[in-house]
Parts: sequence; structure tokens; C-alpha cells
Amino acid sequence: MGESLAENVVYRNVYEFAIGAFGSDLAWLAYAIATFSLVFLFVNVLMLLATFYTWAERRLLGRFTNRLGPNRAGPFGLLQALADAVKLLTKEDIVPRNADRWVFNIAPIVMLASVLMAMGVVPLGKNTFLADLNIGLLYLVAVSGLGSIAVLMAGYASANKFSTFGAMRAAAVLISYEIPLVMSLLAITILSGSMSLIDVVEAQSIPFLLVTPMGALIFLTAMSAELNRSPFDITEGESEIVAGYLTEYSGMKFGTFMLAEFAALIVSGAVFAVLFLQGWKWAFLPSHVWMLLKVGFFALLATWVRSTLPRLRPDQILSFAWKFLFPLSLINVLALSVQRLVFADDHGNLQQSDLWIMALSNWILTLFVIPILIRLTNRSSKISTERTIELQLGKGV
Amino acid sequence: MSLHTEPVVVNIGPHHPSTHGVFRMRVTFDGENVQDVEPVIGYLHRGTEKLAEERQYSQVITLTDRLDYVASMTNNQAYVLSCEKLIGVEVPDRGKYLRTIAAELQRIASHLVGVGFFLAELGGFGGTALMYCFRERERILDMFEMLCGARITVSFMRIGGVFQDAPDEFWPALRKFLDEMPRYSEELNKLIFESEIVQARAKNVSVISAEQAIDASMTGPVLRATGVPWDIREAAPYDAYDRVHFDVITASGGDNFDRFLVRMQEVEQSLRIIEQCYRDIENGPVRSTTSLLFRPPPGEAYVPVEAPKGELGFYLVSDGSIAPYRCKIRSPSFISLTLFKEMLVGWKLADIVVSLGSLDFNMGEVDR
Repeated sequence: MGESLAENVVYRNVYEFAIGAFGSDLAWLAYAIATFSLVFLFVNVLMLLATFYTWAERRLLGRFTNRLGPNRAGPFGLLQALADAVKLLTKEDIVPRNADRWVFNIAPIVMLASVLMAMGVVPLGKNTFLADLNIGLLYLVAVSGLGSIAVLMAGYASANKFSTFGAMRAAAVLISYEIPLVMSLLAITILSGSMSLIDVVEAQSIPFLLVTPMGALIFLTAMSAELNRSPFDITEGESEIVAGYLTEYSGMKFGTFMLAEFAALIVSGAVFAVLFLQGWKWAFLPSHVWMLLKVGFFALLATWVRSTLPRLRPDQILSFAWKFLFPLSLINVLALSVQRLVFADDHGNLQQSDLWIMALSNWILTLFVIPILIRLTNRSSKISTERTIELQLGKGV
Repeated sequence: MSLHTEPVVVNIGPHHPSTHGVFRMRVTFDGENVQDVEPVIGYLHRGTEKLAEERQYSQVITLTDRLDYVASMTNNQAYVLSCEKLIGVEVPDRGKYLRTIAAELQRIASHLVGVGFFLAELGGFGGTALMYCFRERERILDMFEMLCGARITVSFMRIGGVFQDAPDEFWPALRKFLDEMPRYSEELNKLIFESEIVQARAKNVSVISAEQAIDASMTGPVLRATGVPWDIREAAPYDAYDRVHFDVITASGGDNFDRFLVRMQEVEQSLRIIEQCYRDIENGPVRSTTSLLFRPPPGEAYVPVEAPKGELGFYLVSDGSIAPYRCKIRSPSFISLTLFKEMLVGWKLADIVVSLGSLDFNMGEVDR
């Protein structure tokens, strides 16, 4: 494998410095300090990226919508995130009288914690990771589900009907889209033979985006649903339910939610890069730069989609998950399993040439399956456009 | 196992992000389904009709600006046409053409606002479509600024003509707009009507039948979307509309999608009308000389116009004094809200705002 924390520059130097300072008797302290410094670095890089992304998205959206975007605070408006944070911190922090105070206050923390916990297993570059869990993918699914629990907490605790609507929608989306998401992760596991994200990167002699295009598509769609991004942003649907679960939040609690949301987007970008774009691997540039570029690509894609697509209705979103994504993910898993049976050698390894053949067959399969599924879904979704309650309409002319 | 559920009453508005100003609804939801809806209006009531009865005829023009504040030109037009009929004033040709150009520009601006907010209410987009619409509307407002110095509350039209002749810089700006607008509306059409999500959201939603629309005396794009080719500009031409050619746009579905299709196509017809006016307009006076203070003979007048939102008319009754004895405003927005309940009950929470947006009503006109 060759990936180990001991080769990480920050970790090694801090550890050696601490050992030198405390002596080898206090090796545990040196270990703790070294680990903490790495965690500190990770959290802050994530937060910085998230705040930078708030700026980048607003600038990009500005360009997409024929505006300039924020350009007042600092050069190119780069300090806009700072200005926003100052503004949010100085705002009055209001807790509604009927709110469940304890749950209301803890919901933003749970939300942010789920994002930070997810960061624990995602490698950000060569030898740069916090933990190489052998069940990394399972762990990711588990902690990312926590975010939706936080939304549910916030919506319930706010004692506001719009918040409740938002929370219920979030729960519905979580239940529906978690399944295709897990299925696409399963496809990755079939390909790499491991659930560790480090191993997944090592296994990608060619990007899995090429090998399993369906998996990547499912992952992107399900992820944008889990992240409440357009066209699945029903949880916050500002034109319908005001701000969804965020309606009653103000000040830095609101800020924490927003920060967590943007950080979640960065983390999902990193996960997408790791699972489908060979993670930190590529030629010429240092591994961290590649990782950053790939995350940036994902973020750009998210912004682009946001400025292009309108929002779907909740029932359409749910039927899309169950009628389109779910069958597609089943087909994907089936195809990959069969291919693995055919191509894997005695040790269960896939050679690069095998992966190329699989890529070719999967692309052909995708081009056939998706139009067929779309046609089938369209036929069945005709029902959903009809009224749910038939009206006794007044007599005509 | 069956869960015990009960309907929940949600108060939407008057300060909800997408209720077109200060419209308020009490909606009964069963989950996400609308069971009942009760409109509450009157938050923007300013007593325009009463105020008009306290003012001289020429002073009322500024009040009409504030009715449908995204289409002031046509409000002006409806009022001055009624006044002119009351006192029997003839408008010079150039004045008629200028009025027609201004009214059609206003129609484009109003439809762009309507379509833009429809897309904003569909959500997502990050405001792209809304800003695209506003980009073109901005150019129209710039032209209004050239015409009369104001952008929204224009008060451009006067009893017997228009406020002043268009300045020199107006005509090149209009020419440029006429040349460039088809490309932009093409772009918008692509963004909106070819989008599968827009179709899934808006098609077959909140359908109004032609009978229902006629029973509710609906007019404008809402009526034409049900397939009834009724347009005051063609049925009872005023100003220069009897000298231009245009098609009355209709659609057959009567759903949210068709209402916007009609609006977008009407923009193209408006461009056609402006093009003809631009070609035909000749030099001459823009306003016949009428005194500002006059006493019309006792009588009544009602001249409807095709405002962007439907038939708009001022029913004026004169008792021979300097102020109207009665000024009743027939506002299309208020009448569009008649079928509100039939449109919304049975649909989802997410459809409410879209259907409301498809009526393209304006609270300034509803509450008056």
C-alpha cells in the first residue's frame, strides 16, 4: 500500500520535535500533539475552503446571472466571508418562545459535527489523512446521515410550521436518496475490493468515473439531494417554505448551519474526487494540488447546476429516487458484479486492461439503460401530475 | 398501522417571499396537499378610487401609476382614454403612436417581470432567469426615463396626448432594443420552455377551463391561455392599434405552462407592433391643447384597454364638476384571483406559489 501517516510531513516533524522536547518517555504526549496538529490543520483547511467557496459561489452566480457578485470587501471581494461572519456574530440571537430550547441550540452543532466527522476518513493528498478506516465508506454514510438528523432536530425544535415542512422534506429525501447513494458506494467497493478510501484510490489505475459512469451519475445526483442543492433544494425551498428548517434561526446559529452546508459540499467534493477521479493521483503536480483542483471542479459543477436548473416538486424528487435512481443503481451493481466475476484473477485483483474493457462495456450499457429507464419513468410519472384530490368544480357555461 | 394525522393551517403571507407583495392566504394542508385555501387581501389598500374623487381629472393620472406599479403606462392609458371620451378630445396621430409604443414596451416589461418571477418561484436557478428578464426590462425602463424622466411611476400620458415628444436619443435606443430583443427572448425561451424540469413542474398544473375563465370574467393572458382569442386591442381598438397588425396569441391547455407560453409569445407580438409604429410614426404634435382644469359635461365613460394583465378600465362618472363623481377601477389582477381556490385546492404546497405566479397579479392593483 505504501500510504501511512508516518510519512506525512506535518505529522512526522511535529512528532519528532515533540519527542525531542519531552523525551521518549512521553511518547504518548508527542503522539497526541502530532495528531492534534494534523486534526487542527484538517479542520481549518476545511473551514477555509468552505468560506472561500461561499465567496466563489457568489462570484460565479453573479457572473452566471449577469451581475458582478460581491466585490466590495477586500480585493475582488475576497473578505466577503469575513464580513458576513462579523455581521452574523453581531446579530441578535433569537430563540422562539415555543422552541424546544435545548434541541434548537444543539442542532447547528450536530450539523457541523457530522461534516467534520466525515472529514476524518477522507484523504486530502498523498499520506494526508486522519484515519485509514477499513470501513471508511460505511462510516461516511453513517455520519453524513447525522446531518439530516440535525435538520430534523432544527425543524422540530423551531416550533414553526415552515420549519416542520422543511424538516419532513429533509427526512423524506434522506430516506429515499440514502439507498442509491449506498448502492453507488457498493459499486465502488465491488471495483476496489475494499471499503477504505485509501485503498479505493490505490485501486484506481484508471479513474472509476470511466469504469462506472452510472455509479458516478448516481453518486452525483444522490449527493446533491443529500446536500439540498438545486434541483433538489426542497428542504430550504425559499420561494415555498420561506427558509425551511432555517426559518427561525438567526445570528451565528444560522451561520453555523450555512458553514456546515458549504463544508459538506467541500467534503462531498473530496469524496467524489477520491471515489471517482483517482483522488490525489495524477501526473506532474503535487498530490494536494490535484485534490484541490478536483474538489474545485466538483464545486464549480454544483454552482453551475444551481444556476441552470429550477427546483423539482417533493413528490417528483421522491419518485425520481425510487423509479429512476434505484433501478439504475441495481443495474449498475449487477453489471459490476458480473464483470468482476469474469475479469478478476485468483487474488481478486483487476488489471488495468480489464478495467478498460469494463469501462467500455459499462459506457455502452449506460447509453442503453438510461434512455430506456427515462422512457419507463416518464410513463409512470404521468400519474403524479394529476390532482391528488378530485374537485367538485362549479358548473360551466 | 395507521398514523393519526390532522390537517394543519398555515398562514402564508403577507410577508412571504413569493406572494407578490402583500397577499395573504390561510392554507389548510394535509401533509403537502392543499385542502383548502382562503385569500385575505387589503394589506395594500390606499383608497385610490376615493382619492380620485377628491382630485381634478388631470391630477388622477399620478394615482394610476401606483395601481399596477410594474405596468404604469397602460394604467395611464386606460385612465386618459376614459377622460378623453368623457370630454370628447381627439388625440393627434403622433401622440397615438407614442402611446402605443409606450404601452407595448410596458407590456414587454410587465411580461418579463411576470415570467422572471414565475421562474424565481420555481426555485433553483440561483436567480439566473430572473436576472435575465430584468436585464431586458432595465433597458425598457431606461427608455421610459428618456421619455418622461421616470422609470416606474411614469405619468407619461396626458389627457389629449402624451407629456412630451420623445427626445432624439430615444429612437436609436428603441431601434437597438428592437434589433436585440428577439435574440434575448429566444435565449429565454430556450432556458424556460425547453427545460424538462419546468415542463414537469408547470404542465397540467392548476388547469383552468375556458368556461371557468369566462364565468369568472378573466381576461388577458390567463384567459387566452385557455384558448379564448379575446384581446381588447383587436376587439375594440384604441390609440393606434387599428393601424397595426398583430396576432392574438392563444394556447389550449390553460395550465401554468401555457400562461407563460402566451406571455412570452406576446412579447414577440409586442415587438412586432412597436416595429410597425416605429415605421409609421410621422412628425406632428403629440398633444392636443386641453386646459388642465376642465369641467366635462355630466355623463359617464368607460374605455377598456388591454393591460399586460388583462382588461383594465376606469369607469368615470361626471356630474359636471372639476373632479370625477365616481371612479371605479376594473382591475384585471383582482378578477384573476377569482378562481384562486379552484386552481390551488388539490395541488401541492410547491405548486401554490407557481400557480399564483402564473396569474401574474399585482397587489397594487388588487387592493387599489
